[in-house]
Amino acid sequence: MDTVDIARWQFGITTVYHFLFVPLTIGLSALVAVLQTAWLRTGRTAYLRATKFWGKLFLINFAMGIVTGIVQEFQFGMNWSDYSRFVGDIFGAPLAIEGLLAFFVESTFLGLWIFGWDRLPKRLHLGCIWLVHIGTLLSAYFILAANSWMQHPVGYRIDHGSGRAVLTDFWAVLTNSTQLVAFPHTMTAAFATGGMFMAGVSAWHLARRRNVEVFRPSLKLALAVTAIASIGVAITGDLQGKVMTEQQPMKMAAAEALYETERPASFSIFTVGTLNGEEEVFGLKVPRVLSFLATGTLDGEVKGINDVQAAEQERYGAGDYRPMTPVIYWNFRVMVGAGLAMALVSLAGLWTLRRGRLPSSPWVYRIGVLSLTLPFIGNSAGWIFTEMGRQPWSVFGVLKTSSSVSPGVSASSMLISVASLTALYGVLLVIETGLMLKYAKAGPPSEDEVLPPPSDGPGSDSDSERSLAFAY
Amino acid sequence: MELTTAWFIIIAFLWTSYFFLEGFDFGVGMLLPVLGRDDVERRVVINTIGPVWDGNEVWFIVAGAATFAAFPEWYATLFSGFYLPLLAILLALIIRGVAFEYRGKRDDARWRSRWDKAIFWGSLVPAFMWGVAFANMVRGVPLDADHEFVGSLGDLLSPYALLGGLTTVTLFILHGAVFLALKTSGGIRARARRIAGLAAVAAVAAGGGFLLITQLQYGRPVTWLTAAGAAAGLLAAAAANRRGREGWAFVGTGAAIVLAVATLFLSLFPDVLPSTLATGGLTTENAASSGYTLKIMTWVAAVFTPIVMIYQGWTYWVFRKRIGTSHIPVKKPVA
Repeated sequence: MDTVDIARWQFGITTVYHFLFVPLTIGLSALVAVLQTAWLRTGRTAYLRATKFWGKLFLINFAMGIVTGIVQEFQFGMNWSDYSRFVGDIFGAPLAIEGLLAFFVESTFLGLWIFGWDRLPKRLHLGCIWLVHIGTLLSAYFILAANSWMQHPVGYRIDHGSGRAVLTDFWAVLTNSTQLVAFPHTMTAAFATGGMFMAGVSAWHLARRRNVEVFRPSLKLALAVTAIASIGVAITGDLQGKVMTEQQPMKMAAAEALYETERPASFSIFTVGTLNGEEEVFGLKVPRVLSFLATGTLDGEVKGINDVQAAEQERYGAGDYRPMTPVIYWNFRVMVGAGLAMALVSLAGLWTLRRGRLPSSPWVYRIGVLSLTLPFIGNSAGWIFTEMGRQPWSVFGVLKTSSSVSPGVSASSMLISVASLTALYGVLLVIETGLMLKYAKAGPPSEDEVLPPPSDGPGSDSDSERSLAFAY
Repeated sequence: MELTTAWFIIIAFLWTSYFFLEGFDFGVGMLLPVLGRDDVERRVVINTIGPVWDGNEVWFIVAGAATFAAFPEWYATLFSGFYLPLLAILLALIIRGVAFEYRGKRDDARWRSRWDKAIFWGSLVPAFMWGVAFANMVRGVPLDADHEFVGSLGDLLSPYALLGGLTTVTLFILHGAVFLALKTSGGIRARARRIAGLAAVAAVAAGGGFLLITQLQYGRPVTWLTAAGAAAGLLAAAAANRRGREGWAFVGTGAAIVLAVATLFLSLFPDVLPSTLATGGLTTENAASSGYTLKIMTWVAAVFTPIVMIYQGWTYWVFRKRIGTSHIPVKKPVA
């Protein structure tokens, strides 16, 4: 393996791993904030217990999202220094703004939320968790703007002296057409992730009829959010498909393993081919659907891999512009399949809960619990699809991945890095999953535990000796 | 002022804030096994920084990202050149961050003692490596004409760089001990003051030596002032600590850190990463982004940095009370 391969493996491993936690952080922070708001507005203790329960799971997850995020920022400099030199003018700015606008807000107000239960007035304390959520959204916006620029570079020129990309229009980078579809797609997926997670854990407890007063409202909220969000995922995904077909025709062709240009093009549900994907052995197809997905009309032309390859060779010079087709093809199917399954499960779940019912069949709950894995599978497949589908480019049409790697870093240093990070991530995943299961199963705190002990009134002597509401 | 100079100052400011803030929470982490005699005491020690360590760490993330945006060449050369020391920092920070959050999540003495070790090493390794990295930045490293680092790991571990590492470790231990004396009550407070007295001696020895060498080798007239000011801060902190003036002692250690970092950046300017070869030296001019990027970044930094400082300052106000063993809630069984 050369350093490009090692650096790509490290990027893939650390990014997919980081993204197990990020969407859950975004989705769950909103749901916790909603539950705490509901508690403040209704005064019902069940909502406070729910807030504390989901809040704890949120924090276990959040810790992992933060610590794995640091690696994301610094591996650009460590493993991809030529990329960093080439795009620093453009790519560094959203990263720095993300830190300044979003990370400070998230980390500071999360600290205030965790430790501020008895220190802050109730409304101010509620404001803290909402600010954490807004911070996660801002953070996602700037990071996705940076990624969208790699998918579809805009607002720049190449400086002839240095050969580097120079920013000419920052607003264009922030309102990149790719970004305007990628952001809502990723955010709706994140809300669906939070919702499905909450629904799965609630289903586990409701199957045992435990703490129904906490978990039935949780489940209903979670399913409603998941249903709306996963329909949103489908709509934004469809819009994204059309933008992608226009900007990266190779990615769409590879997503369908479409070798020859078709008009109208049929959608492949399932195909078995040779290992390199060049020849189809068996396939199941729906006529005209791909034309609609890619172009919005039923008889639109969709370019095949061979034609795109010829066109890109003409444009960018000799070379292989095809990504690994089977990887792209299958990840696309897994992503879409997981999204559709989430929409179905959440809508069916809402149906079983109508008019205050709780279903009795254990299968309903088993499906609910199993569905908890769907968003994680779908999110990972989505990123593998979109990042590997861009290959051989790191910045589409401008900079190749092979020219992006650090020229001065030895393969052995990189191997030490990828091996130690992967090992640590593996150990932490076991620990994190163990804690999640333990606290998910433990259930919410009782009514007595969440209500504050009687105080002698503010400012009394006993106030300073009272123990903290929360301590590590 | 030229925007490249302005950005050199902004980045120096971000790093200075980072070392001022995370300096004391690294120190608290390194003192955990020394000052926490039982589990309740260790929890007191950890909870002095509980609400703020994460916000402190973001100063590093922003300093790194701002370097990427304003000086991409510096970012690329620094992070690929100092590869293994940075990897050590990243691994340590990952373990440390998780440790704070997960330590109390199981009622199991072995589990907690493992995470306590993680907090200790996760604080010591970065505290040491930052000193090594900054000493190398001032001293310069071998760079070729393409600004690529062409040295080996051995080049980064010179006696001067190791002394730099020792300086940050002792300085942060002192800063942390003074912070703990300021934030706790009872036995921990008394012991933290004693430790601070010892740490002050070590910090004066290591830091004094390091700053003197820096001054003689790389300094300029103005850095005599900042280096002397850093030394005065340390001595004032030691004196205030002896008299039990904990707030003033913290001001002293804080001033020492700020002035020591200022000494390094002032010695460096207008270089950002000098080369020990005839080629490849990076300066604020040849490492910078375009004027347009710097202009946008200047607006963003000018508007948002003060806001961040205000709400982070407010956090310290909210959690201003001292903590003692009586404040730690008794653990309830989980299931």
